[in-house]
Amino acid sequence: MTALFATDFFWETWPWWADTIFRLIFAIVAVLLPAGATVYLYLFKMVSFMQSRLGPMEAGPYGSMQLLAEVGKNLQKEDIFPARADRTVFAMAPYVVLLSTFLLAVVIPFGPEATFIDLDTGVYFALAVSSVSVIGILMAGWASASKYSLLGGLRAAGQLIAYELPLILAVVGVVIQAGTLNLQDIVTAQNQQEIFGWGAIGNPFILTQMLGFIIFLIAVQAELTQVPFDMPIAESELVSGYMTEYSGFRFLMFFIAEFATANIFAFLGATLFLGGWSVPPFLTDLLGIAWDSPIMNLVGPFVMLTKMLLLTFIFYWVRFTYPRFREDQLQKFAWKVLIPLSLMNIAITAVFKVVF
Amino acid sequence: MGVQQNVAQIPVDLGSAQPRAVAFAPVSDFLREYIVVGLFGALAFGLVAAFIGLASIFRPDRPTADKVENYESGVDPVGSGWSQSQIRYYIFALLFVMFDVEAVFIFPWAARLEDLGVFGLVEMVIFIFILALGLAYAWRKGVLRWV
Repeated sequence: MTALFATDFFWETWPWWADTIFRLIFAIVAVLLPAGATVYLYLFKMVSFMQSRLGPMEAGPYGSMQLLAEVGKNLQKEDIFPARADRTVFAMAPYVVLLSTFLLAVVIPFGPEATFIDLDTGVYFALAVSSVSVIGILMAGWASASKYSLLGGLRAAGQLIAYELPLILAVVGVVIQAGTLNLQDIVTAQNQQEIFGWGAIGNPFILTQMLGFIIFLIAVQAELTQVPFDMPIAESELVSGYMTEYSGFRFLMFFIAEFATANIFAFLGATLFLGGWSVPPFLTDLLGIAWDSPIMNLVGPFVMLTKMLLLTFIFYWVRFTYPRFREDQLQKFAWKVLIPLSLMNIAITAVFKVVF
Repeated sequence: MGVQQNVAQIPVDLGSAQPRAVAFAPVSDFLREYIVVGLFGALAFGLVAAFIGLASIFRPDRPTADKVENYESGVDPVGSGWSQSQIRYYIFALLFVMFDVEAVFIFPWAARLEDLGVFGLVEMVIFIFILALGLAYAWRKGVLRWV
């Protein structure tokens, strides 16, 4: 056991290319595994229990293999291109949407050294690539040459224009408090700072940035086009909007990207507001190890997974509870409520930072 | 045996994590990080291509005229799919560009606020105040109304 605490890990001595391949494999695991887990846990099971039904029960114990069955089903579906569609753009759209998901995952730290990359402008990079998915959605909506898809794509663009700003401005409060754009340093700041001289749990920014956290969650919900902000995919009127014409594995790519992006945003939220991969300092003091000891490279991913499941639970809880906003209501909500609130949040946080 | 020796050689250090030493000199760390970003992009593309390629082995391919017709609630589609739509939020889009540029200015300031101190605070409060004034003006002019 002591050896595990003391040694450098085996990959420390690897050449760069081997190290990178290891990271890429971990990236696939970090994107796809939580996506499968949350789809089963929340989309299949939690929603069923909330609606007083059991959900999938046949495939495997408690329907746990249902996801594999779904993949198998989509594997055999014909890949239909609508005759009028713009074939190239139609085929490219799922690539762009999943590209956004993977680029977003790049900057998330999972441990003191367990990072894909340690960008100094991590927060900024994450916010920038998160909006790449809009291009994919617009491509899908336009190229389908279907009226439903076009409306869905345009609605998605309008919505993401409105909610990109609250998302960006809500994060500024965290950046002010941490004094850095580097996600790893933001985790450090949350673990090492104190709340009015009391440092037992560090300073997870959810406590001091409650308003920013709430705005962040609302904006993420809108970015993901989830209920109550699901006008772009509104099943009951637009028949899934920009995804209407997609079938088989191309549709599955949109599906995976949707849920994987929800998880990556939850990872991002956990890093920014819940202390990231670190555990409260009093726990590490109790164990007698440093807060960033190498063992956290192994514990960190599980800590992140726990916090991610907590945040995605909130996403899906809201998703399965509320009715949907009308298009004008959601624009009004963003511009007249969220943006003034987040500007106020920035001003107050800045005053507190400078004065105290 | 070999593992045992390694453990013995490395001093027990429960303290801070060592910085990673990667033996690859010719490329700077900064550039290498963006190579990884590029590789992640390639990974996403490769993954989608692999999945769709895998499906092409199993899936049937028998398009018929009805099958490749656009969906329009079961009836034959009327007119072109690229119908003219009124983009009702173009004013919002213009506002968005302005506020997005503002965000670009705010981030470096936010990261360096501790060093800038009261001077930086006053400057940025003036900046945010002017922007809020602009938003209030747009609001008053009825731009934020759904047209």
